[in-house]
Amino acid sequence: MEMIAVILVALGIFLFASGTLGLIRLPDFYCRMHATGKCDTLGALLVLLGLVVYNGFNLVSLKIIFIVVFIFVANPTATHAIGRAALVGGVKPWTKDSPPGQESSSRQER
Amino acid sequence: MSDFFLVTSMVLSLLVLICLYRGVRGPGFFNRIVAVNVIGTKVVVILTLMGFIYQRVDMFVDTSLGYALLNFIGTLAVAKYVERKGAI
Repeated sequence: MEMIAVILVALGIFLFASGTLGLIRLPDFYCRMHATGKCDTLGALLVLLGLVVYNGFNLVSLKIIFIVVFIFVANPTATHAIGRAALVGGVKPWTKDSPPGQESSSRQER
Repeated sequence: MSDFFLVTSMVLSLLVLICLYRGVRGPGFFNRIVAVNVIGTKVVVILTLMGFIYQRVDMFVDTSLGYALLNFIGTLAVAKYVERKGAI
């Protein structure tokens, strides 16, 4: 049972690391949101499910499963809300023609 | 097994520090909001791991649940405010 927990936690850490890499390296705000919105949700799900498997079946595991379900609903919702706010606020997406190393909109520079 | 959780939480803390670069330097307002949201999700996981390290899971998991709720509500409130008022 501990082996399954170790494998799940290691997979979650890998997803967290790839999400952080996307947050640092990708060129635009929308691309960064695309990387972190999925990788963080799945990473938190895998790590917390590994902890549930390690802990066994009791009330604490039930609370951790509740955290997992809440993160699985709330994190994409928050990402969608930020993306919609940015699109309404006039941030233009990055295209291939944009000059490298420069953010797309002038409103974003503040 | 506690050593494995300790190493895991140390790696997650390092990832939080890397995300904090985007939160401090990131050009503009929305990059900072995304970085804060990511850091909040990571801190929820770190708090649960801390409970397993200190053998006090029943106390730490409540804190972690409250932090998850506050992170979601804070991000949603800021997003709705910016959508209505325009970028600060």
